[in-house]
Amino acid sequence: MNIQFRESPEAASTPTTKTAIADCDIHPARATRTELYPYLAKRWQHHLEVYGVHAYQGMMEGPPYPKAQPNASRRDAYPPEGGPQGSSLSFMQKQLLDPNNVQLGVLNPLNTGQGIRNHELSAALCSAINDWQIDKWTSKDKRLKASIVVGNEDGLSAAAEIRERAGDKNFVQVLLLSRNVEPLGQRRYWPIYQAAEEAGLPVGVHAFGFGGNPITPSGWPSYYIEEMVGHSQCQQSALASLVLEGVFERFPKLKMVMIEAGFGWAPSLAWRLDKVWQRLRSEVPHVKRPPSEYIREQVWWTTQPMEDPERREDLFDVIKWIGWDRLLFATDYPHWDYDEPSRVLPAGVSEDNREAFYLGNARKLYGMT
Amino acid sequence: MARHVIAPVDELPPGTRKFLEIEGRPIAVFNIKGEYFGLMNRCPHQGAALCEGPLIGLAQSKDPGEIEYTKLGEIIRCPWHGWEFDIRTGQSYCDPRRFRVKAYAAHVEPGASVVKGPYVAETVTVKVESDYVVVEL
Repeated sequence: MNIQFRESPEAASTPTTKTAIADCDIHPARATRTELYPYLAKRWQHHLEVYGVHAYQGMMEGPPYPKAQPNASRRDAYPPEGGPQGSSLSFMQKQLLDPNNVQLGVLNPLNTGQGIRNHELSAALCSAINDWQIDKWTSKDKRLKASIVVGNEDGLSAAAEIRERAGDKNFVQVLLLSRNVEPLGQRRYWPIYQAAEEAGLPVGVHAFGFGGNPITPSGWPSYYIEEMVGHSQCQQSALASLVLEGVFERFPKLKMVMIEAGFGWAPSLAWRLDKVWQRLRSEVPHVKRPPSEYIREQVWWTTQPMEDPERREDLFDVIKWIGWDRLLFATDYPHWDYDEPSRVLPAGVSEDNREAFYLGNARKLYGMT
Repeated sequence: MARHVIAPVDELPPGTRKFLEIEGRPIAVFNIKGEYFGLMNRCPHQGAALCEGPLIGLAQSKDPGEIEYTKLGEIIRCPWHGWEFDIRTGQSYCDPRRFRVKAYAAHVEPGASVVKGPYVAETVTVKVESDYVVVEL
Protein backbone atom coordinates (compact mmCIF):
# COMPACT_ATOMS: atom_id res chain seq x y z
CA MET A 1 0.00 0.00 0.00
CA ASN A 2 1.69 3.16 -1.10
CA ILE A 3 -0.75 5.88 -0.18
CA GLN A 4 0.76 9.26 0.52
CA PHE A 5 -1.06 12.05 2.31
CA ARG A 6 -0.29 15.54 1.16
CA GLU A 7 -0.91 19.18 1.76
CA SER A 8 -1.73 21.56 -1.05
CA PRO A 9 1.09 23.99 -1.95
CA GLU A 10 0.34 27.70 -1.67
CA ALA A 11 -0.07 28.39 -5.37
CA ALA A 12 0.64 26.84 -8.71
CA SER A 13 4.21 27.32 -9.87
CA THR A 14 5.04 29.96 -12.45
CA PRO A 15 7.33 29.23 -15.38
CA THR A 16 10.65 31.03 -15.08
CA THR A 17 13.56 31.93 -17.28
CA LYS A 18 16.97 32.88 -15.98
CA THR A 19 18.06 35.05 -18.91
CA ALA A 20 17.60 38.75 -18.22
CA ILE A 21 15.02 40.22 -20.56
CA ALA A 22 13.33 43.46 -21.52
CA ASP A 23 9.55 43.54 -21.74
CA CYS A 24 8.64 46.34 -24.12
CA ASP A 25 4.86 46.27 -23.73
CA ILE A 26 3.43 46.20 -20.21
CA HIS A 27 -0.01 47.65 -19.48
CA PRO A 28 -0.43 49.25 -16.08
CA ALA A 29 -4.02 49.84 -15.00
CA ARG A 30 -5.78 52.07 -12.52
CA ALA A 31 -7.16 50.31 -9.47
CA THR A 32 -10.06 52.75 -9.10
CA ARG A 33 -12.01 55.10 -11.35
CA THR A 34 -10.80 58.17 -9.48
CA GLU A 35 -7.16 57.20 -9.14
CA LEU A 36 -6.08 60.04 -11.43
CA TYR A 37 -7.94 62.76 -9.54
CA PRO A 38 -4.94 63.79 -7.41
CA TYR A 39 -3.18 64.68 -10.67
CA LEU A 40 -6.09 66.59 -12.18
CA ALA A 41 -7.17 70.18 -11.53
CA LYS A 42 -10.49 70.47 -9.70
CA ARG A 43 -11.92 71.91 -12.90
CA TRP A 44 -11.28 68.65 -14.76
CA GLN A 45 -12.44 66.41 -11.91
CA HIS A 46 -15.70 68.35 -12.02
CA HIS A 47 -15.85 68.08 -15.79
CA LEU A 48 -15.45 64.29 -15.66
CA GLU A 49 -18.16 63.93 -13.00
CA VAL A 50 -20.65 66.15 -14.86
CA TYR A 51 -19.94 65.56 -18.53
CA GLY A 52 -17.73 62.48 -18.76
CA VAL A 53 -15.56 62.11 -21.82
CA HIS A 54 -16.56 62.35 -25.47
CA ALA A 55 -14.57 60.14 -27.79
CA TYR A 56 -14.39 60.14 -31.58
CA GLN A 57 -16.52 57.04 -31.58
CA GLY A 58 -19.24 55.64 -29.38
CA MET A 59 -19.03 53.03 -26.66
CA MET A 60 -16.15 54.75 -24.92
CA GLU A 61 -17.13 53.10 -21.63
CA GLY A 62 -16.13 49.79 -23.13
CA PRO A 63 -14.19 48.77 -26.19
CA PRO A 64 -16.19 48.48 -29.44
CA TYR A 65 -15.70 44.72 -29.44
CA PRO A 66 -16.18 42.40 -26.50
CA LYS A 67 -12.93 40.74 -25.51
CA ALA A 68 -12.08 37.11 -24.96
CA GLN A 69 -11.37 37.72 -21.27
CA PRO A 70 -12.48 40.35 -18.74
CA ASN A 71 -10.44 43.54 -19.35
CA ALA A 72 -8.85 41.59 -22.22
CA SER A 73 -6.61 40.23 -19.48
CA ARG A 74 -5.25 37.02 -18.09
CA ARG A 75 -7.66 35.32 -15.69
CA ASP A 76 -4.81 34.57 -13.31
CA ALA A 77 -3.67 38.21 -13.15
CA TYR A 78 -6.23 39.62 -10.71
CA PRO A 79 -4.23 41.14 -7.85
CA PRO A 80 -4.93 39.48 -4.48
CA GLU A 81 -5.84 42.86 -2.97
CA GLY A 82 -8.55 43.38 -5.61
CA GLY A 83 -8.78 45.74 -8.56
CA PRO A 84 -8.35 44.98 -12.24
CA GLN A 85 -5.44 43.10 -13.78
CA GLY A 86 -2.28 45.20 -14.01
CA SER A 87 -3.28 47.60 -11.22
CA SER A 88 -0.94 46.32 -8.49
CA LEU A 89 2.80 46.89 -8.57
CA SER A 90 3.57 44.23 -5.95
CA PHE A 91 1.58 41.61 -7.84
CA MET A 92 3.15 42.62 -11.15
CA GLN A 93 6.56 42.16 -9.54
CA LYS A 94 5.61 38.74 -8.22
CA GLN A 95 3.89 37.49 -11.36
CA LEU A 96 5.88 39.09 -14.17
CA LEU A 97 9.05 41.00 -13.26
CA ASP A 98 10.72 38.70 -10.72
CA PRO A 99 10.09 35.21 -12.17
CA ASN A 100 10.95 36.31 -15.71
CA ASN A 101 14.01 38.31 -14.68
CA VAL A 102 12.73 41.45 -16.41
CA GLN A 103 15.50 44.06 -16.38
CA LEU A 104 13.63 46.72 -18.33
CA GLY A 105 9.85 46.98 -18.48
CA VAL A 106 8.28 49.63 -20.71
CA LEU A 107 4.86 50.80 -19.56
CA ASN A 108 2.23 51.56 -22.19
CA PRO A 109 -0.95 52.72 -20.44
CA LEU A 110 -4.18 52.30 -22.37
CA ASN A 111 -7.54 53.97 -21.69
CA THR A 112 -5.79 57.27 -21.21
CA GLY A 113 -6.72 60.74 -22.40
CA GLN A 114 -5.90 59.92 -26.01
CA GLY A 115 -8.65 60.11 -28.59
CA ILE A 116 -10.89 62.45 -26.62
CA ARG A 117 -12.68 65.22 -28.53
CA ASN A 118 -12.14 67.90 -25.91
CA HIS A 119 -8.46 68.60 -26.50
CA GLU A 120 -7.92 70.48 -23.24
CA LEU A 121 -9.36 67.56 -21.29
CA SER A 122 -7.30 65.17 -23.38
CA ALA A 123 -4.10 67.06 -22.56
CA ALA A 124 -4.97 67.23 -18.85
CA LEU A 125 -5.70 63.50 -18.65
CA CYS A 126 -2.54 62.57 -20.53
CA SER A 127 -0.45 64.73 -18.23
CA ALA A 128 -2.16 63.14 -15.22
CA ILE A 129 -1.43 59.64 -16.55
CA ASN A 130 2.22 60.60 -16.92
CA ASP A 131 2.46 61.88 -13.33
CA TRP A 132 0.67 58.74 -12.16
CA GLN A 133 3.16 56.51 -14.01
CA ILE A 134 6.02 58.10 -12.07
CA ASP A 135 4.27 58.05 -8.69
CA LYS A 136 2.76 54.60 -8.83
CA TRP A 137 5.24 52.69 -10.97
CA THR A 138 8.63 53.99 -12.14
CA SER A 139 9.66 55.69 -8.89
CA LYS A 140 8.84 52.50 -6.98
CA ASP A 141 10.59 50.00 -9.24
CA LYS A 142 13.67 51.04 -11.20
CA ARG A 143 13.13 48.28 -13.74
CA LEU A 144 10.02 50.03 -15.01
CA LYS A 145 10.13 52.92 -17.48
CA ALA A 146 7.18 54.94 -18.67
CA SER A 147 5.90 56.11 -22.05
CA ILE A 148 4.91 59.75 -22.40
CA VAL A 149 1.19 59.66 -23.19
CA VAL A 150 0.15 62.66 -25.29
CA GLY A 151 -3.07 64.19 -26.56
CA ASN A 152 -2.52 62.75 -30.01
CA GLU A 153 -5.05 64.80 -31.99
CA ASP A 154 -3.60 68.12 -30.87
CA GLY A 155 0.00 68.11 -32.08
CA LEU A 156 0.93 71.34 -30.31
CA SER A 157 -0.21 70.33 -26.84
CA ALA A 158 1.30 66.90 -27.40
CA ALA A 159 4.64 68.48 -28.30
CA ALA A 160 4.44 70.67 -25.18
CA GLU A 161 3.91 67.57 -23.00
CA ILE A 162 6.90 65.84 -24.62
CA ARG A 163 9.13 68.89 -24.07
CA GLU A 164 8.05 69.11 -20.47
CA ARG A 165 9.03 65.47 -19.85
CA ALA A 166 12.17 65.50 -22.02
CA GLY A 167 15.26 64.56 -20.03
CA ASP A 168 13.22 62.93 -17.28
CA LYS A 169 14.75 59.45 -16.95
CA ASN A 170 11.41 57.99 -15.92
CA PHE A 171 10.35 58.16 -19.58
CA VAL A 172 11.83 56.26 -22.50
CA GLN A 173 9.37 56.83 -25.37
CA VAL A 174 6.36 58.75 -26.60
CA LEU A 175 3.18 56.73 -26.97
CA LEU A 176 0.65 56.95 -29.78
CA LEU A 177 -2.10 54.53 -30.74
CA SER A 178 -2.63 53.22 -34.25
CA ARG A 179 -6.26 54.33 -34.74
CA ASN A 180 -6.39 58.08 -35.04
CA VAL A 181 -8.58 60.60 -36.75
CA GLU A 182 -6.16 60.68 -39.70
CA PRO A 183 -3.30 58.43 -40.84
CA LEU A 184 -0.24 59.08 -38.69
CA GLY A 185 1.87 60.72 -41.38
CA GLN A 186 -0.49 63.74 -41.63
CA ARG A 187 0.76 67.20 -40.72
CA ARG A 188 -1.31 67.57 -37.57
CA TYR A 189 0.93 64.94 -35.95
CA TRP A 190 4.25 66.43 -37.11
CA PRO A 191 4.84 68.52 -33.96
CA ILE A 192 4.83 65.23 -32.02
CA TYR A 193 7.58 63.78 -34.19
CA GLN A 194 9.59 66.98 -34.04
CA ALA A 195 9.47 67.12 -30.25
CA ALA A 196 10.25 63.40 -29.93
CA GLU A 197 13.22 63.71 -32.27
CA GLU A 198 14.54 66.68 -30.32
CA ALA A 199 14.15 64.79 -27.06
CA GLY A 200 15.85 61.71 -28.54
CA LEU A 201 12.82 59.57 -27.69
CA PRO A 202 11.38 56.85 -29.93
CA VAL A 203 7.68 57.09 -30.76
CA GLY A 204 5.76 53.92 -30.02
CA VAL A 205 2.61 53.22 -32.01
CA HIS A 206 0.50 50.74 -30.09
CA ALA A 207 -2.49 48.90 -31.54
CA PHE A 208 -5.97 50.19 -30.58
CA GLY A 209 -7.25 53.73 -30.13
CA PHE A 210 -10.52 55.42 -31.06
CA GLY A 211 -10.27 57.42 -34.24
CA GLY A 212 -13.93 57.48 -35.21
CA ASN A 213 -13.37 55.46 -38.38
CA PRO A 214 -14.39 51.85 -38.92
CA ILE A 215 -11.66 49.71 -37.43
CA THR A 216 -10.90 47.90 -40.67
CA PRO A 217 -10.44 49.45 -44.12
CA SER A 218 -13.47 47.44 -45.31
CA GLY A 219 -15.84 48.64 -42.62
CA TRP A 220 -17.06 47.39 -39.25
CA PRO A 221 -16.37 43.68 -38.78
CA SER A 222 -18.59 41.25 -36.87
CA TYR A 223 -16.13 39.62 -34.54
CA TYR A 224 -13.37 40.38 -32.07
CA ILE A 225 -11.13 37.97 -33.97
CA GLU A 226 -11.42 40.32 -36.96
CA GLU A 227 -10.46 43.27 -34.81
CA MET A 228 -7.39 41.34 -33.64
CA VAL A 229 -6.07 40.83 -37.16
CA GLY A 230 -7.25 44.30 -38.18
CA HIS A 231 -4.49 45.83 -36.08
CA SER A 232 -1.90 44.82 -38.64
CA GLN A 233 -3.91 46.46 -41.45
CA CYS A 234 -4.15 49.62 -39.38
CA GLN A 235 -0.43 49.69 -38.66
CA GLN A 236 0.29 49.12 -42.33
CA SER A 237 -1.66 52.18 -43.39
CA ALA A 238 -0.11 54.21 -40.57
CA LEU A 239 3.37 53.15 -41.65
CA ALA A 240 2.68 53.81 -45.34
CA SER A 241 1.43 57.26 -44.37
CA LEU A 242 4.55 57.99 -42.30
CA VAL A 243 6.75 57.06 -45.24
CA LEU A 244 4.75 58.71 -48.00
CA GLU A 245 4.02 61.97 -46.20
CA GLY A 246 7.76 62.27 -45.78
CA VAL A 247 7.86 62.07 -41.99
CA PHE A 248 10.97 59.88 -41.98
CA GLU A 249 12.64 62.13 -44.56
CA ARG A 250 11.80 65.24 -42.60
CA PHE A 251 12.78 63.77 -39.22
CA PRO A 252 15.74 61.52 -40.07
CA LYS A 253 16.60 60.80 -36.46
CA LEU A 254 13.04 59.81 -35.58
CA LYS A 255 12.67 56.23 -34.37
CA MET A 256 9.28 54.51 -34.51
CA VAL A 257 8.26 51.37 -32.64
CA MET A 258 5.35 49.34 -33.99
CA ILE A 259 3.75 47.77 -30.95
CA GLU A 260 1.40 44.79 -30.82
CA ALA A 261 0.46 44.47 -34.47
CA GLY A 262 2.83 41.72 -35.61
CA PHE A 263 5.71 42.17 -38.00
CA GLY A 264 5.32 39.36 -40.55
CA TRP A 265 3.65 41.81 -42.92
CA ALA A 266 6.55 44.27 -42.95
CA PRO A 267 8.52 42.82 -45.89
CA SER A 268 5.54 42.59 -48.25
CA LEU A 269 4.41 46.13 -47.43
CA ALA A 270 7.91 47.42 -48.08
CA TRP A 271 8.19 45.48 -51.35
CA ARG A 272 4.90 46.90 -52.61
CA LEU A 273 5.82 50.42 -51.55
CA ASP A 274 9.19 50.17 -53.27
CA LYS A 275 7.63 48.85 -56.45
CA VAL A 276 5.00 51.58 -56.81
CA TRP A 277 7.42 54.26 -55.62
CA GLN A 278 9.66 53.43 -58.59
CA ARG A 279 6.76 54.26 -60.93
CA LEU A 280 4.93 56.99 -59.01
CA ARG A 281 7.69 58.82 -57.20
CA SER A 282 6.93 62.06 -59.07
CA GLU A 283 3.73 62.23 -57.00
CA VAL A 284 5.73 62.26 -53.77
CA PRO A 285 9.01 63.99 -54.62
CA HIS A 286 9.64 64.57 -50.91
CA VAL A 287 10.15 60.81 -50.53
CA LYS A 288 13.71 60.70 -51.75
CA ARG A 289 14.67 57.11 -51.09
CA PRO A 290 12.97 53.73 -51.57
CA PRO A 291 10.37 53.33 -48.78
CA SER A 292 11.99 50.12 -47.54
CA GLU A 293 15.12 52.05 -46.62
CA TYR A 294 13.24 54.34 -44.23
CA ILE A 295 11.40 51.38 -42.75
CA ARG A 296 14.53 49.37 -42.14
CA GLU A 297 16.45 52.29 -40.70
CA GLN A 298 13.83 54.00 -38.56
CA VAL A 299 11.35 51.33 -37.47
CA TRP A 300 11.52 48.80 -34.61
CA TRP A 301 8.95 46.09 -33.82
CA THR A 302 7.74 44.57 -30.60
CA THR A 303 7.26 40.82 -30.76
CA GLN A 304 3.91 40.23 -29.12
CA PRO A 305 1.85 38.95 -30.91
CA MET A 306 4.72 36.85 -32.18
CA GLU A 307 4.22 35.30 -35.60
CA ASP A 308 3.91 31.53 -35.26
CA PRO A 309 4.11 29.89 -38.70
CA GLU A 310 4.19 26.13 -39.04
CA ARG A 311 7.72 26.19 -40.43
CA ARG A 312 10.10 28.10 -38.17
CA GLU A 313 12.25 28.81 -41.24
CA ASP A 314 9.45 31.07 -42.49
CA LEU A 315 9.67 33.10 -39.30
CA PHE A 316 13.44 33.32 -39.57
CA ASP A 317 13.16 34.51 -43.19
CA VAL A 318 10.89 37.38 -42.15
CA ILE A 319 13.14 38.32 -39.25
CA LYS A 320 16.18 38.21 -41.50
CA TRP A 321 14.58 40.84 -43.73
CA ILE A 322 13.55 43.01 -40.78
CA GLY A 323 16.85 42.49 -38.97
CA TRP A 324 17.56 40.68 -35.71
CA ASP A 325 18.59 44.08 -34.36
CA ARG A 326 15.06 45.50 -34.83
CA LEU A 327 12.92 43.21 -32.69
CA LEU A 328 11.97 44.07 -29.11
CA PHE A 329 10.64 41.32 -26.93
CA ALA A 330 7.26 42.03 -25.32
CA THR A 331 4.79 40.03 -23.26
CA ASP A 332 1.77 42.37 -23.38
CA TYR A 333 1.22 41.62 -19.68
CA PRO A 334 -1.42 41.36 -18.25
CA HIS A 335 -3.42 40.86 -21.40
CA TRP A 336 -4.80 37.48 -22.34
CA ASP A 337 -2.62 37.05 -25.44
CA TYR A 338 0.49 37.34 -23.25
CA ASP A 339 3.67 35.76 -24.67
CA GLU A 340 5.66 33.60 -22.28
CA PRO A 341 9.38 34.50 -22.64
CA SER A 342 10.72 30.97 -22.37
CA ARG A 343 8.37 29.59 -25.04
CA VAL A 344 8.16 32.25 -27.68
CA LEU A 345 11.36 31.89 -29.70
CA PRO A 346 11.88 28.62 -31.58
CA ALA A 347 15.17 26.76 -31.30
CA GLY A 348 17.92 27.46 -33.80
CA VAL A 349 18.68 31.10 -32.99
CA SER A 350 22.29 32.09 -32.38
CA GLU A 351 23.29 33.26 -28.92
CA ASP A 352 23.96 36.82 -30.16
CA ASN A 353 20.60 37.12 -31.88
CA ARG A 354 18.83 35.65 -28.89
CA GLU A 355 20.43 38.17 -26.55
CA ALA A 356 19.55 41.04 -28.90
CA PHE A 357 15.98 39.79 -29.22
CA TYR A 358 15.36 39.51 -25.48
CA LEU A 359 17.35 42.44 -24.15
CA GLY A 360 20.11 44.03 -26.21
CA ASN A 361 17.98 45.80 -28.82
CA ALA A 362 15.70 47.30 -26.21
CA ARG A 363 18.56 48.49 -24.04
CA LYS A 364 20.12 50.20 -27.03
CA LEU A 365 16.92 51.75 -28.38
CA TYR A 366 15.75 53.02 -25.02
CA GLY A 367 19.18 54.30 -24.04
CA MET A 368 19.77 51.94 -21.16
CA THR A 369 23.35 51.00 -22.01
CA MET B 1 1.23 3.46 -9.58
CA ALA B 2 1.24 5.48 -6.40
CA ARG B 3 -1.96 6.71 -4.88
CA HIS B 4 -2.05 10.08 -3.16
CA VAL B 5 -4.66 11.11 -0.63
CA ILE B 6 -5.34 14.77 -1.24
CA ALA B 7 -8.37 15.73 0.81
CA PRO B 8 -11.32 14.50 2.80
CA VAL B 9 -14.40 14.59 0.59
CA ASP B 10 -15.91 17.39 2.67
CA GLU B 11 -13.07 19.71 1.71
CA LEU B 12 -13.68 19.36 -2.03
CA PRO B 13 -17.39 19.95 -2.58
CA PRO B 14 -18.94 19.98 -6.06
CA GLY B 15 -17.87 22.96 -8.16
CA THR B 16 -14.52 23.36 -6.38
CA ARG B 17 -10.99 22.54 -7.35
CA LYS B 18 -7.79 21.97 -5.43
CA PHE B 19 -4.25 22.77 -6.56
CA LEU B 20 -1.35 20.65 -5.38
CA GLU B 21 2.07 19.42 -6.29
CA ILE B 22 2.65 15.68 -6.50
CA GLU B 23 6.12 14.31 -7.22
CA GLY B 24 7.16 17.73 -8.52
CA ARG B 25 4.22 17.97 -10.88
CA PRO B 26 1.59 20.72 -10.56
CA ILE B 27 -1.81 19.07 -10.53
CA ALA B 28 -5.36 20.24 -10.06
CA VAL B 29 -8.27 18.10 -8.91
CA PHE B 30 -11.84 19.07 -9.75
CA ASN B 31 -15.15 17.99 -8.29
CA ILE B 32 -17.73 18.30 -11.05
CA LYS B 33 -21.15 17.32 -9.72
CA GLY B 34 -19.67 14.59 -7.55
CA GLU B 35 -17.25 13.26 -10.14
CA TYR B 36 -13.54 13.82 -9.61
CA PHE B 37 -10.94 14.60 -12.26
CA GLY B 38 -7.20 15.25 -12.03
CA LEU B 39 -5.35 17.33 -14.61
CA MET B 40 -1.79 18.51 -15.06
CA ASN B 41 -1.87 22.20 -14.15
CA ARG B 42 0.32 23.37 -16.99
CA CYS B 43 -0.87 24.42 -20.42
CA PRO B 44 1.09 22.61 -23.16
CA HIS B 45 0.95 25.75 -25.30
CA GLN B 46 2.95 28.32 -23.31
CA GLY B 47 3.00 26.87 -19.81
CA ALA B 48 0.30 28.85 -17.98
CA ALA B 49 -1.26 27.47 -14.80
CA LEU B 50 -4.02 25.98 -16.93
CA CYS B 51 -6.49 25.09 -14.20
CA GLU B 52 -6.79 28.66 -12.93
CA GLY B 53 -8.94 29.31 -15.97
CA PRO B 54 -12.73 29.19 -16.02
CA LEU B 55 -14.74 26.02 -16.55
CA ILE B 56 -16.89 26.49 -19.59
CA GLY B 57 -18.79 24.44 -22.15
CA LEU B 58 -17.91 23.63 -25.69
CA ALA B 59 -19.38 25.71 -28.50
CA GLN B 60 -19.56 23.66 -31.67
CA SER B 61 -21.08 24.37 -35.02
CA LYS B 62 -22.00 22.14 -37.96
CA ASP B 63 -22.99 25.10 -40.11
CA PRO B 64 -22.58 28.85 -39.87
CA GLY B 65 -25.26 30.19 -37.53
CA GLU B 66 -26.02 26.81 -35.92
CA ILE B 67 -24.27 26.68 -32.60
CA GLU B 68 -24.49 23.89 -30.04
CA TYR B 69 -23.25 24.38 -26.49
CA THR B 70 -22.32 21.09 -24.90
CA LYS B 71 -20.17 19.66 -22.08
CA LEU B 72 -21.17 22.52 -19.80
CA GLY B 73 -18.69 22.82 -16.92
CA GLU B 74 -16.44 20.12 -18.35
CA ILE B 75 -14.08 22.22 -20.46
CA ILE B 76 -11.23 24.16 -18.87
CA ARG B 77 -10.16 27.32 -20.67
CA CYS B 78 -6.56 28.43 -20.18
CA PRO B 79 -6.35 31.79 -18.36
CA TRP B 80 -3.90 33.12 -20.94
CA HIS B 81 -4.74 32.28 -24.53
CA GLY B 82 -8.07 30.59 -24.06
CA TRP B 83 -7.02 27.14 -25.24
CA GLU B 84 -9.72 24.62 -24.32
CA PHE B 85 -9.26 21.13 -22.87
CA ASP B 86 -11.71 18.43 -21.79
CA ILE B 87 -11.06 17.88 -18.09
CA ARG B 88 -12.23 14.23 -18.38
CA THR B 89 -9.52 13.30 -20.85
CA GLY B 90 -7.14 16.24 -21.27
CA GLN B 91 -8.02 16.39 -24.95
CA SER B 92 -7.33 19.72 -26.68
CA TYR B 93 -9.99 21.28 -28.84
CA CYS B 94 -7.59 23.90 -30.23
CA ASP B 95 -4.89 21.65 -31.62
CA PRO B 96 -5.78 18.02 -30.91
CA ARG B 97 -3.06 16.70 -33.22
CA ARG B 98 -0.20 18.21 -31.30
CA PHE B 99 -1.32 18.85 -27.76
CA ARG B 100 -3.06 17.16 -24.89
CA VAL B 101 -2.91 17.67 -21.16
CA LYS B 102 -2.08 14.75 -18.94
CA ALA B 103 -5.19 13.59 -17.09
CA TYR B 104 -4.94 11.72 -13.80
CA ALA B 105 -7.50 9.35 -12.35
CA ALA B 106 -9.11 10.74 -9.22
CA HIS B 107 -11.73 9.02 -7.13
CA VAL B 108 -13.10 8.61 -3.66
CA GLU B 109 -12.01 5.88 -1.33
CA PRO B 110 -13.47 5.12 2.06
CA GLY B 111 -11.36 6.16 5.00
CA ALA B 112 -10.97 2.54 6.09
CA SER B 113 -9.23 1.60 2.85
CA VAL B 114 -6.74 4.43 2.83
CA VAL B 115 -5.43 3.75 6.31
CA LYS B 116 -5.24 -0.02 6.37
CA GLY B 117 -1.91 -1.66 5.57
CA PRO B 118 -0.32 -5.09 5.41
CA TYR B 119 2.08 -4.45 8.25
CA VAL B 120 1.25 -3.79 11.85
CA ALA B 121 4.21 -2.77 14.00
CA GLU B 122 2.29 -1.78 17.05
CA THR B 123 -1.34 -1.30 17.67
CA VAL B 124 -2.64 2.20 17.37
CA THR B 125 -6.19 3.40 17.29
CA VAL B 126 -7.13 4.83 13.93
CA LYS B 127 -10.30 6.84 13.78
CA VAL B 128 -11.89 6.92 10.38
CA GLU B 129 -14.26 9.82 10.05
CA SER B 130 -14.92 10.22 6.37
CA ASP B 131 -14.06 9.34 2.78
CA TYR B 132 -11.03 10.73 0.99
CA VAL B 133 -10.27 11.91 -2.53
CA VAL B 134 -7.35 9.95 -3.97
CA VAL B 135 -5.30 10.73 -7.07
CA GLU B 136 -3.43 8.03 -8.95
CA LEU B 137 -0.09 9.02 -10.42
